[in-house]
Amino acid sequence: MLPQGMACCALLPAFVPAPALAGKANDTLVYASDSEAPNISQYHNNVREGVILAHLIWDTLVWRDPRTGDYKPQLASAWKWESPTALVMDLRQGVQFQNGDPFTAEDVAFTFNYAVSSESRVITRQNVDWIKSVDKLGDYKVRINLKQPFPAALEYLAGPLPIYPGAYFRKVGLEGFAKAPIGTGPYKVVSVTPGRGVSMVRNGNYFKDSPQGQPKIGNIKFVVIPDPETRSAQLMTGAIDWIWRVPADQAESLKSTPGITVQSGETMRVGFLVIDAAGNSSPHSPFKDVRVRQAVNHAINRQGIADNLVRGGSKPVYTACFRTQFGCDDKVVVHYDYNPAKAKELLRAAGYANGFDTDLYAYREREFAEAIVGDLHKVGIRARLHYMKHDAMQVEYRGGKAPMTFYAWGSYSINDTSAFTGVYFKGSSDDIVKDPQLRQWLETADTSTDPAVRKTNYAKALALISRQAYLAPMFSYSTYYAHSSALRFQGYPDELPRFHEASWK
Amino acid sequence: MLIHILHRLAIALCVAVTVSIVSFLLLHLSGDLATAIAGSEASAAQVEAIRVQLGLDRPMLSQYLDWLGRAVQLDFGRSFYFQADVMQLIAERLPITMKLGSIALLLATVVAIPLGVLAAIYRDTWLDRIALALAVVGQAMPSFWFGLGLILIFSVTLHWLPVAGNERWENFVLPAIALAYYAMPAMMRLTRAGMLEVLGSDYIRTARAKGLAKNKVIFKHALRNAVIPVVALAAVELGFMLGGSVVIESVYSMQGLGQLAWDAISRNDYPVVQAVVLIIAMFYIGLTFLADVINALLDPRIRIR
Repeated sequence: MLPQGMACCALLPAFVPAPALAGKANDTLVYASDSEAPNISQYHNNVREGVILAHLIWDTLVWRDPRTGDYKPQLASAWKWESPTALVMDLRQGVQFQNGDPFTAEDVAFTFNYAVSSESRVITRQNVDWIKSVDKLGDYKVRINLKQPFPAALEYLAGPLPIYPGAYFRKVGLEGFAKAPIGTGPYKVVSVTPGRGVSMVRNGNYFKDSPQGQPKIGNIKFVVIPDPETRSAQLMTGAIDWIWRVPADQAESLKSTPGITVQSGETMRVGFLVIDAAGNSSPHSPFKDVRVRQAVNHAINRQGIADNLVRGGSKPVYTACFRTQFGCDDKVVVHYDYNPAKAKELLRAAGYANGFDTDLYAYREREFAEAIVGDLHKVGIRARLHYMKHDAMQVEYRGGKAPMTFYAWGSYSINDTSAFTGVYFKGSSDDIVKDPQLRQWLETADTSTDPAVRKTNYAKALALISRQAYLAPMFSYSTYYAHSSALRFQGYPDELPRFHEASWK
Repeated sequence: MLIHILHRLAIALCVAVTVSIVSFLLLHLSGDLATAIAGSEASAAQVEAIRVQLGLDRPMLSQYLDWLGRAVQLDFGRSFYFQADVMQLIAERLPITMKLGSIALLLATVVAIPLGVLAAIYRDTWLDRIALALAVVGQAMPSFWFGLGLILIFSVTLHWLPVAGNERWENFVLPAIALAYYAMPAMMRLTRAGMLEVLGSDYIRTARAKGLAKNKVIFKHALRNAVIPVVALAAVELGFMLGGSVVIESVYSMQGLGQLAWDAISRNDYPVVQAVVLIIAMFYIGLTFLADVINALLDPRIRIR
């Protein structure tokens, strides 16, 4: 029986065709991720996979050079602030949508006026909420009216605000657009299959003056593979060319696999603890005392976590923002060193010589949370870990029941401090501190058009957050990419893989 | 017989209603749905808008009755995540899971029954021990681990079969083996136990005493009676495979009902979760009911009880 079975196995390859369709030979870059955008329209999803696809299919008015941070014209050819609440933009002529429709001011006005309207059911409202309306001033000129001064406008226009073809969108509606999207971008969608992925071909008609250059690879295919081990196995068999968010341990073993290149890099995502300084979780909360909050900051071994757990380029962070963001001044904040003795001293001074019991809520990277719990235990803060799903934890946090909460924030890749501090310190339900002075400084920084005024006010706010130890910023995240060695690929800190730049070696 | 069927039907209906209530309640207990749907980067205002938009602010009983009323007409509403008709999503995914389940069941049966028969015939020999060891390993080993092991050997090392997908027939080979291996032990052990019991019975001794050929005694007289409970078990196993394929579909990235259920659970896409749970439960209940009827037909003592 056994030899016959082996013979069957030996014959099997003859009947099994090679599964690989990806790779240089087919000029098809297949990339995989664990999830997908529920709706491919970038205004209608808030997942990273949607952002990646959006940058392939559509263009924005402004382009931010990921290397220098400079803003360059993309679909807009020039712009001028008419007033602090009016931005006039000249548009590029001769650009065509992938269906042949010419790109005009009509499309810009339609896209933004639709996005801010209530019937659009836009999910990422915070990305468009600063826009009041858009006026068409000519065939290739628009005025963007702001609700109030918003100096980060160009950053948003260069990021999550792609331009849609007005006439086509009106014809097919959101549902039709999600199935067959059209843009001016470097790649044209061939098919969108929920649960499976998106197939794209190079836009042969992509406008030649685009600051991001011309697409080099002929076909790009995005596939959904939920299991991380399966993604790695697919890469190893050559069925796919690129994966990311590879766990550090798996990345190490992939490094020794022939034909696979592993890259890693720091990202804008910051891991931090929010501390219940207001004492919402208990009227007798030890965290009402600033010395206890400072003790937490001294107790955490940021460098140790970054080097040993996060790895891949992670660095200690001391600010409530990421250092490349406008206004994120690392020099004005307290650099709480890892100093358990000092932490104990602060606790003793606050009347907690024997430490105390508390709770720490977390929803991601349990191993990071456990390391934090371990560090806190060493100084006498006996934190019980409540590890749960994000939505359940969010209810506890927003309900004021969490003394300490472990969060991570990627700022939507917006390179401006407002994208971080605006969420946690400007009075929203995520702001559990509710410091009026802080809020006022941030309001001034977020709405001033004078960069110097902005920087001064962010500096004051960040210094206060640090002195008061409202947060314990800890480390930046990193991401590991693994890809076919035949692929030339460059990662960036904003967690946006730019496949239009990729090429075959 | 009719009374027996009606009795079983009533029990099946009660189970179905209970499943619907439990799945409905469990989802609401698993965290705030509106927050989950809005995602980790949504503001409180967005969460509140979603709560109102989806009617999650209404009393629970009213939400349940409304859902049940539509569910009996196979209208499960729209997926929060995919923004598509739930029934259409299920209709797209169900054939993949059915195909996978059927192949796996066939594979499990083809291996388990002969192996069980051989183990019984050659009781306490090396063959019996190997069969029992295979059963123990199959029951003890996590299916995702076995699935990944198959990938490592047959895909990554030997390059014989694809790792993931469901477009071609070869995509089904490894997941079907992984799923079958999980179902095989119970069937094998039941066949073995049944065969041992039957082989020791008087009528087999009589058959042997009459001088019938060994094969005739085993396959015509003994096996026919021994596999009756296995047939019933196989029906239930198919139901189990439909529900239990979640892990295997995830490992092999197959876009079946199991994967849909997993995606829906992780995204709190509760119209989909409720529909999938209910449909899988219905299959399970239906197959169990069918097994009951078959058993009653095969063994008159059951319908007399």
